[in-house]
Amino acid sequence: MSRAPARAAMLLAAIGSPGIAHAADGAHSAANWPAIITFGIFIAITLGITWWAARRTRTTSDFYSAGGGITGRQNGLAIAGDYMSAASFLGISALIFADGYDGLIYSTGFLVGWPIILFLLAERLRNLGRYTFADAAAFRFGQAPVRLSSTFSSLTVILFYLIAQMVGAGQLIQLLFGIPYTYAVGSVGLAMTIYVLFGGMIATTWVQIIKAVMLLGCATFMSLAVLYHVGFPFDALFSQAVAVKESLALKGGASEAAAAESALSILAPGGFIKDPASAVSLGMALMFGTAGLPHILMRFFTVPDARTARTSVLWATGWIGYFYLLTFVIGFGAIILVGANPAFFDSATGAMLGGNNMAAIHLAEAVGGDMFMGFVSAVAFATILAVVSGLTLSGASTISHDLYASVLRKGNPDPAAELRLSRITVLALAILAVALGIAFEKQNVAFMVSLAFAVAASSNFPALLLSMLWKGCATRGVAWGAAIGAVTALVLTVLSPTIWVAQLGAAEPIFPLGSPTLVSMPLGFLAIWLISRFDRSPRAALDRAGYVAQRVRSETGIGASKASNH
Amino acid sequence: MTEREADERLHRIAEDPRYQSLVRRRNRTSWILSAIMVTIFIGYMLLVAFAGPLLATPIGAMTTTIGIPIGLFVILSGIALTGIYVAIANRRFDAEAAALLKDHQA
Repeated sequence: MSRAPARAAMLLAAIGSPGIAHAADGAHSAANWPAIITFGIFIAITLGITWWAARRTRTTSDFYSAGGGITGRQNGLAIAGDYMSAASFLGISALIFADGYDGLIYSTGFLVGWPIILFLLAERLRNLGRYTFADAAAFRFGQAPVRLSSTFSSLTVILFYLIAQMVGAGQLIQLLFGIPYTYAVGSVGLAMTIYVLFGGMIATTWVQIIKAVMLLGCATFMSLAVLYHVGFPFDALFSQAVAVKESLALKGGASEAAAAESALSILAPGGFIKDPASAVSLGMALMFGTAGLPHILMRFFTVPDARTARTSVLWATGWIGYFYLLTFVIGFGAIILVGANPAFFDSATGAMLGGNNMAAIHLAEAVGGDMFMGFVSAVAFATILAVVSGLTLSGASTISHDLYASVLRKGNPDPAAELRLSRITVLALAILAVALGIAFEKQNVAFMVSLAFAVAASSNFPALLLSMLWKGCATRGVAWGAAIGAVTALVLTVLSPTIWVAQLGAAEPIFPLGSPTLVSMPLGFLAIWLISRFDRSPRAALDRAGYVAQRVRSETGIGASKASNH
Repeated sequence: MTEREADERLHRIAEDPRYQSLVRRRNRTSWILSAIMVTIFIGYMLLVAFAGPLLATPIGAMTTTIGIPIGLFVILSGIALTGIYVAIANRRFDAEAAALLKDHQA
């Protein structure tokens, strides 16, 4: 059976986007009133917050970083909100529904990046930067080369992430709310433009917090309902899931031995590992990519100081870990409550109504009826909106702060002009995101999120780490090294089985691994090191001379940007 | 304070033995905890890659396999290590850094 490629596609779809391929035939394509009403309430509250935030957004500091006035607990929730996308909620629970244990492997990969961010980056980043991670990465270097390079890698990461979210959003909303794809994508673009354009970081943060609370609440309720249904002890969750899988396999015509074997396979690693190198490579992308995502790193500038940045990672890690534990219960619960119920499947084809990624939504219906399913659908929509808002704001700060203010205006921009430009950029990015979302409707975008993680791990992460911790690091090394890491990740992905074989139809991939990070991340580090090492220019001497002062600043917080008062 | 004075102050701090000791210990904590996290996760990925049958072994008379608590352990260890770092930093390093800055008041 050719399960491995199918599984690989599933796995990628899980992190790439909700990836609902055949949306039109679902039972939920008709207007779904509970969903529309809940979502209407969410929109009303968030627009109210945006109106409130807009009156507090006067300076570039308000717009980019909420004036540095967010608390650790709030920021922890906002970070968790940025990270718990609809892709992780629907995708990972669907992956567990289909393959069981393999979904847990993904969850662990997504979580373990957080401790690394805390131990190595968070506090120094907050002490050195103001609005974007490039503030810290370019601190003692020639501004133009480093910022140009970081703008390139950041926009690459943001665009791939954004396309995946937009396409997923369009398909999901089309399915849940029964509106056409183009309108679905357009409405996401419109709502996110309003939040970010008028409310800046203050509104974006609060939208993120509200959504995180709603999502965690829904997931908690669903997990408790599942655990209540299967009863005590905890083992019942797994034994009942195995029993359901076994009876389904028997119904599908498998022999008794084969049915038992395939049912038990959901409790151990299955098709996840095609080869160990690909597994480690993907693991590295997930672990270190998180530490290079611009829309995540910018959240550390919304808090007043390094200590609060530290606390916010603890909160974020706690919430994200808790969320992944819940998706594990939800996925297994879906096997029992959705998998065994023929009402959720097309009677002719046997496929799940609305596509495989609907497992969590169907489970919501099974445990809480139509009302609760509507509520969960609305939360999924809100989740997408919040994530694309964060991405857009991060792209806008990259262009207006890194490119315009720091490179073109050499660090002395007219604040009003900078704020105006960031708003124009928000508008431009929103239009671009909607256009790309429509253009990629029929394309497989599933690989784009893992590509974004790979690029981040191979460029932003090495640049940030070496510039903060290695004295010998120099302008040319950081600028070119980060670009080399990013381009390598991109090129190797094109040559990998994901694109070269699956999309371009070649027989054999030129690069064998599913993820490029095992090669591109060490190469990013090596390039920065080599180019810096052999740089004997006056600029490099200046870069090295600036290290001690930068290091003391990063360790003590002397001269760090302060929260602005309102 | 002029830029030059600020720079001199930063260099004075850099030469203060208490600063050097603080940064050394804090860094050691960070790197050790990072190494533990990377080891746990990469170790887990290697177990998944090379020891699938071991992870599939049921625990006692239950259906639950060894792989499930191990996977959950990876997630919980991430949260625990984060908590350990925050506790150490809040209790020890912050106070030392504050005292150091006070002595190097501008």
